[in-house]
Amino acid sequence: MKRRTLVTGVGKGLLAAGISGLLVTSALSADPIKIGVVEHKTGPLAGGEVVTHTPNIELWVSQVNARGGLKVDGEQRMVEIVRYDDKTDPAEHIKAVQRLATQDEVDFMLSPYGTGFNIAAAPIYAKYNYPLIAVSAITDKIPELAKRFPNMFFTLGTTTGFVEGVRDTLTKMRDAGAIGNKIAMVNVADAFGIELADKARPILTEAGFEIVYDKSYPLGTPDISPVVKGAKASKPDAFVAWSYPPDTFAITEQAIIEDFDVKAFYTAVATCFPAYAGKFGSKINGSLGAGGVNPDTPAMQEYRKAHKEVTGKDADYWASATYYASLQILEQAIEGVGKVDRAATIDYIKNNSFDTVLGAISFDENNNSERYWSVGQWRDGVFRAVADVGMGDSVAAVAKEGWN
Amino acid sequence: MDILISGLLLGGTYALMAMGLNLQYGVARIMNLANGEMLVLGGLSAFWLFTASAVSPLLTAIIIAPLSFIGNWLIYRYLLLPLVRRSKNQGQLEVDSILATFGMSFALVGVMVSIHGEYFTYSYLADPLSVFGSTVALNRAVAFVAAVAIGGALYFWLNRTYAGTAVRAVSVSAEASGLVGINVDRISAFAFALGGAVTAIGGTLISTFITLDASIGVLFTMKALIIIIMGGVGDIRGAIIAALILGLVETAVATIVDPGLTLASAYVIFLAVLLFRPQGLFGRRTT
Amino acid sequence: MKLAEVRNLAVGIVVALLAIAVPLVSDGYWLSIATTAMMYIALSTSWALFSGPTHLIALSTGAFFGIGGYLVGTGMSDYELDFWLMAAVAPFVAMFLALLIGLATLRLSGVYFVIFTLGLAEMIRNLVSWIQNNFLGSRGLYVLTDFTDAHIYWMLLAVAIVVFLTGWWINRSRLGFALRIIGNDEEVAKHVGIDTAWSKVTLFMTTGFFAALVGAIVAPRYSYIEPNVVFSPQLSFLVVIMALLGGVHRLWGPLVGVIPFTLMWEAITIFFPSSTTLFLGISFLLIVYLIPNGFVGMFESGLARLRR
Repeated sequence: MKRRTLVTGVGKGLLAAGISGLLVTSALSADPIKIGVVEHKTGPLAGGEVVTHTPNIELWVSQVNARGGLKVDGEQRMVEIVRYDDKTDPAEHIKAVQRLATQDEVDFMLSPYGTGFNIAAAPIYAKYNYPLIAVSAITDKIPELAKRFPNMFFTLGTTTGFVEGVRDTLTKMRDAGAIGNKIAMVNVADAFGIELADKARPILTEAGFEIVYDKSYPLGTPDISPVVKGAKASKPDAFVAWSYPPDTFAITEQAIIEDFDVKAFYTAVATCFPAYAGKFGSKINGSLGAGGVNPDTPAMQEYRKAHKEVTGKDADYWASATYYASLQILEQAIEGVGKVDRAATIDYIKNNSFDTVLGAISFDENNNSERYWSVGQWRDGVFRAVADVGMGDSVAAVAKEGWN
Repeated sequence: MDILISGLLLGGTYALMAMGLNLQYGVARIMNLANGEMLVLGGLSAFWLFTASAVSPLLTAIIIAPLSFIGNWLIYRYLLLPLVRRSKNQGQLEVDSILATFGMSFALVGVMVSIHGEYFTYSYLADPLSVFGSTVALNRAVAFVAAVAIGGALYFWLNRTYAGTAVRAVSVSAEASGLVGINVDRISAFAFALGGAVTAIGGTLISTFITLDASIGVLFTMKALIIIIMGGVGDIRGAIIAALILGLVETAVATIVDPGLTLASAYVIFLAVLLFRPQGLFGRRTT
Repeated sequence: MKLAEVRNLAVGIVVALLAIAVPLVSDGYWLSIATTAMMYIALSTSWALFSGPTHLIALSTGAFFGIGGYLVGTGMSDYELDFWLMAAVAPFVAMFLALLIGLATLRLSGVYFVIFTLGLAEMIRNLVSWIQNNFLGSRGLYVLTDFTDAHIYWMLLAVAIVVFLTGWWINRSRLGFALRIIGNDEEVAKHVGIDTAWSKVTLFMTTGFFAALVGAIVAPRYSYIEPNVVFSPQLSFLVVIMALLGGVHRLWGPLVGVIPFTLMWEAITIFFPSSTTLFLGISFLLIVYLIPNGFVGMFESGLARLRR
C-alpha cells in the first residue's frame, strides 16, 4: 500500500485538506516523481534563499513538466515538489528532512540554502542514500566531507578559491597599473565572514599587498558609517568587504555617500543580486563582488530569459545558475539511470559529465566540481565574471571610475 | 566631530525604535514583543509604495501613522484588553502579554513574508549632507529630525496637556488613576495605539537607510527593550537619553576602538547602568 | 517517604523507561521529533528550576546554550580536542558565568531582570564573535562525529533525568523551602534568616550548567556551528514560552508544555507548509486565550472537576 503523503504542487498551493494532516493529490497518468526540499521561509537566511533557490525550483519543475515529465521506467512521470519550512532553525531542518525521507518517502531531495544546513542535513541524506548536490555550501573541508558523506557533491567552490579569486583580480589590476598595493579589508563577524577574512590575510599579504585597514563589524550593525569612514581614512587603493546581504547594501550606500573613491571596490554576498543593481543603478558600475557569470553563452542567455518569463524575476548573477545546474544534473542522472534508484543515481553523478547552464560539469574524486566563477564585476547592468576556477571565460577587471 | 554627529544621528534612529514601545510598555503595561514587527511593517509599506508607485517614504509615514494607530487600537481593544482584565496581578499580565505578543510577532512575520520574502531594499535620499564639516547621509538626517520632532511633541503633550497628564498618571499607577476618575482602559488603548503609530513611522524612516526583511523585527524589539529599560520604564526622557547615549557610545567605540565591539559596548553600557541604577536612568524605584 | 511521593517516583521511573525505549521503536522521523522535544524538555525544565520559584523570567538560555555549542565547536574544530572533554568543560564555564550574572543581578527585579538577561546574552554573543574574529581565527566550526540521533537523544534524556532528580531534590531540601518563601515574599524570607542572594545564585548556576550541557550535546547534531545560530535569542524566548505554556509551578509543568507544543509545531509544519510562521503565531494566540493557566492549570482543574 502506498503511504498517503503531503504534497503541494509548485505554485498551486495546497490542493485539498484531508484528515489527520495528510493530503493526497490525484494521480496523473503515472505516479509523479516526488522531490522534497526544506526551505527557510523566515529567519536570517530567508531573504537570500528566495532570490537564489526558490525561483529556480519553480522554473525547473515547470520546464520538466511542460515536456511531460522525467523519463523513468520507460514512461513519462511528472515532477512534484514536497516542501517544508524550517524557519532557519537547524533542529527544525533536521526534523523536516527526516519527515521527507521516512514519512513522505520522496524519491529525491534538493539541497538546502546555507553551508551549515547542508552539513547538518548531510547525515540524513547519507543514511537514506539521497544524492545531495550542494550549491550554497562553500567550504574548505570538501575532501573530509566527501569521505564522510559519499552521496554529497559540491558545485560552488571553496573558501580559499573565493579568496584566491579576489587576489588574482586585484593582482591583475595592480599589474595593469590600475591600483597600488594597499588594501582596506573589513568583514562581518560571523562564521563565513570570519573564515574568509582569516584566509584572506595571509593570501593577500603573500601576493605583495599591504592590508592597511583590517576590522570586523558585528552582524546587524545599524550604522556602518564609522567602518567606511575608517577604511577611507586609511587611503587604500582597493577595498574588500567580506559581507552578508544587509551589510553589502549598507556598505555600498555609505561608500557612495562618503564618495569613497577606490579603483577596486569589492563586497561579497548579494552584490550579484538584481536588487543590488535595482537599488544603486549605474552608480555601481565597476563594483566587484562574489560570484559573477558569463552572460554570453547561449545556454546562460536561454536560462536567464526562461527564468524571467516563468518566475517574473531576474536570476541573480551567481548561485542562481549553479542551483539550476544542480537541478539539471539531478534530472540527467535520474533519466540516465532510467529508474528511481538512488544508489545508482549517486554512482551516475560520480561517473558522468553533465551538460548544464554552466557548461559541462563533472565531479572529481572528492565529489567536487572544480568549475565556478568566483569574482564578478558590474558592467553596464550585467555582473560579469572576472575571476574563475576551471571556467576560463572570465574577462579582465577594469578600474572603477567613481560612483556616478 | 564625526563621532558626535554620527552618534547623535544613530541615537535619533534608536529613539525612533524605542519611543513607541516606551508608551506601550510604560502606560499600557504591555511588553509588546511584536513591536519590532510593527516597525518592519512600516518599512515594508514604505518599500512597497516606493517601488510600486514611487511614493515618497515621508508621505508613507504620514499615511501609515493613522492606519497603524487604528490597527494597534484594535489589537489592544480586542486582543490585549481581555488579558489585562483577566490578570490578577502585573506578573500574570507580563506572562500573558509575552505569550500573546510573541504569537502576534510570528503572525506578522508570516504575513510579511507572504507579501515580500526578499530584502526590502531601495534607495531614497541616499545623498551626502555636510553638517559642520562632517559628511552624513541625508536619509539619516531626516530620520533624526523626525525623531526630534516626535520626541519633542510627545514630551510637550505628556507634560503640558490635560490628556498627557492623564496618560502619565496611568503610567504611575493605573489603580490610583482609576480612583480619580480617569478611564484607564481608554487611556491605555490610546497610549498603545499611539505607540504603534510612532513605531510604524519610525519603520518607514528607518527603511530608507537600513535594509530590512520580514524576519528582522526581533532585532529591533530587543534594541527597543534595552533602551526603554535603560532609560527607565514609562519615562519618555529616559528613552530618548538612553537612545542618544547608545548612539554616541557605539559610534565612539566604532571609530576609536574597534567597530567589532560596537554592539558589545552598547550592551556593556546598558548592563553597567542597571548595575548602578537598577530602575534605569529615570525609572521610579518600586518595592 | 509519603505515599504520594512513592507514587510520583514510580510514575517518573515508568516514564523514563518508556522514554529510553523510543529510539528502539523508531530510528527516523519520530526519533528526530523526540530529540528536539527532549532538548526543549531539558532546557525548559532547568529554566523553570530557577524562574518558577523566583518569578524572575530569565532570557539567558540562549547564552548558556551557545557557550556549550560554541566551546564544543571551537575546541573540536580549531584545537582538535575531544568532544567529551569539551562537553565536560563547557557546563562549568557556563556555571561560572552564571555565578557572575547571578551576583550582578541581585538588585534587579521584574522586567529589569528580564531585559538585563537579554542584553547580557547579546553582549556575550557579540564578544564571542569578536574574540573569535580577532584572536582565535577560524576555518569554520565543524563538529563532525559519529553520533546518530539515537545517541544524542539518549544523552539529552540523561540530562533531562538529572534535571528532574535535581529539581525533586531541591524541592525536598532546605533550598527549595527557602526559594518558595522568597518567591512569595522576599522581605519575609530575609527576616526569617534566609540567605536570599545565595539561594537565587545557586539555582541560577544550576540552570546555566544544564543549558550549556544541552548546547554541547546538540552541537554534533548541528554539525556546523555558527555563533548566530547557537547564541539564539529565539531559543531563549521559545524555552520561556514552552515552560509558561506548561506551567512553572510544578516540576513536570514544562514537560507537559513542551510535548504538545512540539506536536502542534509539527502539525502546523505539515498542514501549512507555505505559511508555517503565520499559523504558529495564530496558535500561540489561541493558546493564551483558551488555556489561561497553562497545561498544568488545565490539567489540575480537570482533575479537580473529576474528583468532585
